[in-house]
Amino acid sequence: MSLSSTPSSSSPLSHLWLTRPFSERSTRIFLAVLALALAVVTVLHLALPAGHPLHVSSYTVTLLGKYLCYALLAVAVDLVWGYLGILSLGHGAFFALGGYAMGMYLMRQIGDRGVYGDPVLPDFMVFLNWDSLPWFWHGFDMAWFAFLMVMLAPGLLALLFGFLAFRSRVTGVYLSIITQALTFALMLAFFRNEMGFGGNNGLTDFRELLGFDLRSDATRLGLFLASGVALALGYVVCRGIVGSKLGRVCIASRDAEARVRFLGYRVERVQLCVFVVSAMLAGVAGSLYVPQVGIINPSEFSPLFSIEVVVWVALGGRGTLYGAVIGAILVNYAKTVFTGVMPDAWLFALGGLFVVVTVLLPKGIAGLMTRRRKADSDTQLKEATP
Amino acid sequence: MSLLDALADRDRVFDFLVPASSPVDVRHGPILYLEDVNVSFDGFKAINNLNLTINDGELRCIIGPNGAGKTTMMDIITGKTRPDSGQVWFGSRHNLLTKNEPEIASLGIGRKFQKPTVFEALSVFDNLELAMAADKRVLPTLTARLSGEQRSRIDEVLETIGLESLCGRQAGILSHGQKQWLEIGMLLMQRPRLLLVDEPVAGMTEQEMERTAELLTSLAGKQSVVVVEHDMGFVRSIARQVTVLHQGSVLAEGTMDQVSNDPKVIEVYLGAEEEA
Ligand SMILES: Nc1ncnc2c1ncn2[C@@H]1O[C@H](COP(=O)(O)OP(=O)(O)OP(=O)(O)O)[C@@H](O)[C@H]1O
Ligand SMILES: [Mg+2]
Repeated sequence: MSLSSTPSSSSPLSHLWLTRPFSERSTRIFLAVLALALAVVTVLHLALPAGHPLHVSSYTVTLLGKYLCYALLAVAVDLVWGYLGILSLGHGAFFALGGYAMGMYLMRQIGDRGVYGDPVLPDFMVFLNWDSLPWFWHGFDMAWFAFLMVMLAPGLLALLFGFLAFRSRVTGVYLSIITQALTFALMLAFFRNEMGFGGNNGLTDFRELLGFDLRSDATRLGLFLASGVALALGYVVCRGIVGSKLGRVCIASRDAEARVRFLGYRVERVQLCVFVVSAMLAGVAGSLYVPQVGIINPSEFSPLFSIEVVVWVALGGRGTLYGAVIGAILVNYAKTVFTGVMPDAWLFALGGLFVVVTVLLPKGIAGLMTRRRKADSDTQLKEATP
Repeated sequence: MSLLDALADRDRVFDFLVPASSPVDVRHGPILYLEDVNVSFDGFKAINNLNLTINDGELRCIIGPNGAGKTTMMDIITGKTRPDSGQVWFGSRHNLLTKNEPEIASLGIGRKFQKPTVFEALSVFDNLELAMAADKRVLPTLTARLSGEQRSRIDEVLETIGLESLCGRQAGILSHGQKQWLEIGMLLMQRPRLLLVDEPVAGMTEQEMERTAELLTSLAGKQSVVVVEHDMGFVRSIARQVTVLHQGSVLAEGTMDQVSNDPKVIEVYLGAEEEA
């Protein structure tokens, strides 16, 4: 990046796609493609008989729904990393918290149909000989409360964490490291049975969501579509932020934080607000993920997972939002294929892919799409400068 | 040439340069007042009992050899560096040592950095928009829409700094001199009471320097301007009062002629040249 110094070479123009005119158009294209994809999958799933070669099975629908949740998580990470310059290696924690909030609701929905038949206590609590519900499990029998907590729990954690970190101006590598520490600490805590989140095994054996049977094909399709809608909404929220004056303040503080302060902006408050929004989006992604995979356990807090998310964004193209979506879906599709064939080789494949893309496509896959536009503006520039 | 036009037509062009009503109280003396300020970095005294007074509407040049503490002085005034001891007052009401950078900026102190730092990923227009005096809290910034008045102010500044034709381009493609101008433009957008300008003409051509000199002199009177500069020709062309800094304190003060004939100053500058 820093190799080039002449104005006509790639470096100064490399951020062109960040300016508004492109983003407006890219939003319409993104939403259209997403809507089309959702429609095609729905039609192929419903209209074609099971034996047909183009039929999309229920299994595949759920798999795609999972990818959409990952894509929303990646968009949330891109918002803080691509535009604000905060490399969060702990967004998996917000994703998992949203997932746990949903999981707690689903556990309470089981009611007395659990193995032990207790009308209130989930099975694992009966197993641990607890005689009453811990205080923080109250209210999760009500859907509205649980759905609120899906956003509030990650949001509050992000608020507390961000308040402490940004106020003392922790940035760069140090911030990345403490986000890793945050998710690692939460993983250890959630592993403990005494925490009251099912320990090692997490929360599972879900039956119903809002009265819909989670095992039915219709519910699965509904969850897939809900994930698509959540991704679209999350994308529009992020694009709204990024396209506003606040978004330009974010980009400015990503590149020259001190300078933004001298203009009179409270950079730490901007960082805090955007970080909280991003964490809440990650929580929503987690909450839709859990009913589709049928389980949430502490491994979602694993530091490695959060790093993987960042790799998706880097591969797709940081600072574009749609690049994050492309990266998340492609990498996870590759992962599904690869782990089916050679389960042990996946991490090597991911690492290799990462190296190749970083070297050959520093702007990620999205960079390929903007390359043509950049070439256009290069020629414009040559014409403009005598 | 646009600047010359601007200078000719004062009434119309310069309304955007009039500072926004600012709570600074200058009835009882100077706009900026530094007393016995000391700063050391790991035992090295970068600022040593510095005393400095800038009057309202004054244009002051500060010169001094490399490492004299000029940039550090600006860091102290703008809240970036905290002094070990001393007093720094903005007017008679605001103790700057109790405030942080954004607070000081919104009191009306604008700064141009030695190394031009424009936001390279944003367009020239966006750079000016961000610098504009406005409500800078998070929510108002999220919902901000440019009013016609604000847009025309940006256009005026664009004209003053001669970057109209590049307004939609990314600031990253500008030449060094153009970036300096954009920074000055950003400073103007803030409508500060006091402008701190660190080495404004570094990397500028002779012509660009002349235009910068004209602009800075035209600002004085309405606003107070502190210019740090190495280029003696430039300083001579704009200076009324000159302060010479050396090893963190004031070595001499006066008109350019007084200062350049001061034996202490000659020794410091000749000494510095011999070493180099
Ligand atoms: N953050 C810092 N940590 C340690 N030393 C510093 C720091 N900032 C400045 N200094 C030292 O303080 C002294 C004064 O630096 P300053 O940048 O204020 O000089 P200057 O007068 O602006 O010089 P120049 O003309 O080269 O810009 C220098 O010796 C510099 O090395
Ligand atoms: Mg300096």
